[in-house]
Amino acid sequence: MLEISHVYKTFNRGTVNEKKALTDLNLKLEEEDFVTVIGGNGAGKSTMLNMVAGVYPIDAGKIIIDGTDVSLMPEYKRAHFMGRVFQDPMMGTAAGMEIQENLSMAFRRGKSRGLRWGITKREREQYYEELKRLGLGLEERMSAKVGLLSGGQRQALTLLMATLQKPRLLLLDEHTAALDPRTAKKVLDLTKEIVEEQKLTAIMVTHNMKDAIQIGNRLIMMHDGHIIYDVKGEEKKGLQVSDLLAKFEEASGEEFSNDRMLLS
Amino acid sequence: MGILLAIQGAVSQGVLWGIMALGVYMTYRVLDIADLTVDGSFALGGSICATMITIGVNPWLSLIVAIAAGAAAGAVTGFLHTKCDIPAILAGILTQIGLYSVNLRIMGRSNTPLLKLDTMFKQLVALTGLPAAWVSLIIGTVFCSALIALLYCFFGTEIGSAIRATGSNEHMVRSLGVNTNFTKVLGLMVGNALIALSGALVTQSQGYADIKMGTGAIVIGLASIIIGEVLFSGKKRMAFGTKLFSVILGSVIYRIIVALVLQMGLNTDDLKLLTAILVAVALAVPVAIDKRRQVQSYKASLGKEDDGHAGN
Repeated sequence: MLEISHVYKTFNRGTVNEKKALTDLNLKLEEEDFVTVIGGNGAGKSTMLNMVAGVYPIDAGKIIIDGTDVSLMPEYKRAHFMGRVFQDPMMGTAAGMEIQENLSMAFRRGKSRGLRWGITKREREQYYEELKRLGLGLEERMSAKVGLLSGGQRQALTLLMATLQKPRLLLLDEHTAALDPRTAKKVLDLTKEIVEEQKLTAIMVTHNMKDAIQIGNRLIMMHDGHIIYDVKGEEKKGLQVSDLLAKFEEASGEEFSNDRMLLS
Repeated sequence: MGILLAIQGAVSQGVLWGIMALGVYMTYRVLDIADLTVDGSFALGGSICATMITIGVNPWLSLIVAIAAGAAAGAVTGFLHTKCDIPAILAGILTQIGLYSVNLRIMGRSNTPLLKLDTMFKQLVALTGLPAAWVSLIIGTVFCSALIALLYCFFGTEIGSAIRATGSNEHMVRSLGVNTNFTKVLGLMVGNALIALSGALVTQSQGYADIKMGTGAIVIGLASIIIGEVLFSGKKRMAFGTKLFSVILGSVIYRIIVALVLQMGLNTDDLKLLTAILVAVALAVPVAIDKRRQVQSYKASLGKEDDGHAGN
């Protein structure tokens, strides 16, 4: 359903800060694939998600979603296909607006917006039920400004917003990295629950190797802007963190020197 | 008596200029863009209205044309900002400077008096027999009420919510499928349409249009917004309608302050300096209070530490 072929991206081309972020990236996702993405800093994990989402234009190659070539489609149009959760909890919600208003913006993802009311009574009832399953008590504070919520609450809300209209593709960019361990686990459990329940196709970037092995049906490792290891099914389930480290050294020819990945 | 008359005049001016402040509110607070088109689009509304009345067009009809022209001016700024990636402040300045020439072209001179010509205000004075200041006040209040109701409804719609969300978190709203270039341009158009309407009403009320009538309008708009916010600062959560009302009220209070200081003998030449200082102080005070509070809470935490409790 998602096909990334021969995608290249270089930032700040021709300057001292030139950075080849993606080099000949190829990835093909099947329906209901839940892929976890690992790799060192600067491997191109986040860039890959941003390219799929259309945040920046790609330099070369093709990105095809559901048979539609979206390579040149602007970000707001691609939003039709995907729900996104970002690393920074501040990024996925509008602090100055109410919880229910944020949800109503997400409810209209992929639909045309006109002069109908921005939020209806029936929607409010639906939001109440949806918020209830987060178990954070947000359903009783629907008209509170999102700026009053904690990072974890905002991230849970963003996840709910990303999946309020079933997305063809769910992009999770280290969405638990900025949260404390307990909140991170809660948001991660919720992610698994929603992905399973809605039978979503999803890509999750993570720095936690255990999570990367346990969650999803497929795991890819990135290095220097392309995929160096791609494993799925039974083989993936049997993986150990040490296997991944060895794999990284073998494929990249250098030692895994990222503390964050070793310690987690 | 002199003071009372001055205040009455100030209130009716305040409501008419309040519409301009509403326009500034649309960009400065709702969209979070500092749009400097204001000075140009205010005079644009005035020049169009005055010129049309001189050639015999119905004064009410001239308002509609002024609104459309203001929206067009906003669209130009929006185009420069979104499509050409020019910073919003610069885009606004470019349109504003360009409009100076456009306004001169429209009027054909720098000042167009409407002495013996029909305006909405004169029509209503003739119809009701009320004094001119009262008529100004009535027309201003009717327009303000209607506009607040209209804007309140508009910003409750899907498109209106998208504009508000663009001002709050552009990144998020784009990821949810909103074309933020479109919402920004639309917001700038709505804002400048209101500003031009205000310019047209002020022109008819004072009986002339002047090329310099818009100079400093942005600062007056900001002053109105800030005064309104200070007046309602006790309220933690303000409904959107209340916020709009506070802007109009701020504009009225601003005019009353101006009338009072003029009565006290301030030279009109110093008025703009006074306004600038007023806005600068109003913007600086909350920051100063915040910093002070931070330092105080730090000092308080030091005190606690001595008792064996580290402040968190």
